[in-house]
Amino acid sequence: MDYFLQNFPQQLVNGLEAGSLYALIALGYTLIYGILEMLNFAHGDVYMVGAFLAAGAAGVFVHNEVAAVPAGLAVALMMVVAMGGAGLLGVGIERVAYRPLRNANRLAPLITAIGVSLFLESAVQVWVSPAPVLVPSNALVPQTVFHVGTVVTPLTGVMLFVVAVALMVALDAFVFRTRFGSAMRATAQDREAATFMGIDVDRVIMVTFFLASALAGMGGVLFGLRYASVDFFMGYLLGIKAFTAAVIGGIGNIRGAMVGGLLLGVLESLVGGFISSQFQDSFVFLALITVLLIRPQGLFGQPLADRA
Amino acid sequence: MQDVEVRYGPVPALRDVSMEIRRGEIVCLLGGNASGKSTTMKTVIGSVRPAKGSVWYEGEDITNWNTSRRVAQGIAIVPEARRIFPRLTVLENLMMGAFIRNDRAEIDADLDRVMDMFPRLKERHAQKGGTMSGGEQQMLAMARALMSRPRFLCMDEPSMGLAPVLVEQQFETIQQLNETGITIFVVEQNARMALAIANRGYVLQSGRVVLAGTAGSLLENPQMQRAYLGI
Ligand SMILES: Nc1ncnc2c1ncn2[C@@H]1O[C@H](COP(=O)(O)OP(=O)(O)OP(=O)(O)O)[C@@H](O)[C@H]1O
Ligand SMILES: [Mg+2]
Repeated sequence: MDYFLQNFPQQLVNGLEAGSLYALIALGYTLIYGILEMLNFAHGDVYMVGAFLAAGAAGVFVHNEVAAVPAGLAVALMMVVAMGGAGLLGVGIERVAYRPLRNANRLAPLITAIGVSLFLESAVQVWVSPAPVLVPSNALVPQTVFHVGTVVTPLTGVMLFVVAVALMVALDAFVFRTRFGSAMRATAQDREAATFMGIDVDRVIMVTFFLASALAGMGGVLFGLRYASVDFFMGYLLGIKAFTAAVIGGIGNIRGAMVGGLLLGVLESLVGGFISSQFQDSFVFLALITVLLIRPQGLFGQPLADRA
Repeated sequence: MQDVEVRYGPVPALRDVSMEIRRGEIVCLLGGNASGKSTTMKTVIGSVRPAKGSVWYEGEDITNWNTSRRVAQGIAIVPEARRIFPRLTVLENLMMGAFIRNDRAEIDADLDRVMDMFPRLKERHAQKGGTMSGGEQQMLAMARALMSRPRFLCMDEPSMGLAPVLVEQQFETIQQLNETGITIFVVEQNARMALAIANRGYVLQSGRVVLAGTAGSLLENPQMQRAYLGI
């Protein structure tokens, strides 16, 4: 019991950090599922590409003699490049791979998404780097480590949590407080009726992909700064975990994805800390299967029958 | 609408359909189940595109216009089965009706206007659309369509599922709207009531116009009386 009490705060902090990243990526799954009722299996790889864009931008703005800028500005530029680049990649994927299949059998876009995912992983592996690429995190952000009581956490971890939560709050405000956000929700609820309102549904879908993918891009930046290394396979497991988080929260439900992400991160960290760290990843699958069996609509989702 | 043919797959749902609705009129569209009434409405609003023929509005060929452009030019629809957004509030549903507009002050004025017209919506403005009763949802669908300030309003079975009192009210509302200058094109199951308020009517059968004329002449028509008026 003592062991538990002593270590619990640290596991909680670790869990919130990992969970905020899951939540950021889970939002993308849920936004896209909400609008198109499709699982964008390539989403984890969009995150990976975002991380590579951030790493590339960091390389240029830190090391290149001509383009080098102060650290703070370099971080800001990384964010712009990664969010913008990932956002455009998402829009491009929708345009090229998913839109032609919008009225096809539901399986078709799903299989296409898996294809896009494999394509992105292979493309980065072959054309960019099969080995991990370093992010010069120490040249970009202070490597301060906070000690609070028994809890130890680096500034980059706090940053990950704070920026991710800030973006979630901003997204929530956009979706629930603006006119375009209402149009997104209307499109998700009844696409044809949304067109009757004069809403340009293609544009709504495009913006949704941009937002979802830009959030993933920011996830890539935050991960790079925290762990100083990115690789072409990093989106695979994280994508699955984020997807699990989205399902736990109720796929299609924005606030559900945020809570699901944080919850999954914390649970996973507690399992890793107190049961077995080897069991940690399998725990996520166990959680996914349990939710699907017991409450497939997730914590906050409507039962499927209600979603006419 | 001229010589319109619409297909969903190999079988046409509309064949050589020509209709004309003049400014200021109430025109009703009658016909049995699956005769193509809703398809006609969707052709007007632009969510289905004709394989042949053309659609005209205020002197322009709008056949290739998308729905948002049509809505922006003053066409609106109260769709079949209401199609309100179930998880948006009543107020958000109404604001979606005004999506194509940017005149904030005027939108607020119109909100007050439709809420005076349908006081129930005012009481329930913060409630989710999907939790309202069928009749309230029908009012919401109507009010939402009005929020775009249409000049031409299409209504697909606006009285479906309403209690008889509400149906009467609904028809009165339609007439009042028409008196404010809105041209109305309405699909109705209740042929007698529809013809009572309409100037003219069309009757569809298996995707073809089989009868057309003034409301009076349709009410007198023996074929019409047998098939739709139960005489
Ligand atoms: N999206 C669609 N895909 C395929 N067929 C369709 C579609 N919509 C309508 N149809 C077919 O087109 C024909 C006309 O349908 P429509 O909905 O226009 O009839 P309706 O007169 O409105 O009928 P109701 O009185 O039942 O509302 C029907 O045979 C219907 O099955
Ligand atoms: Mg119909």
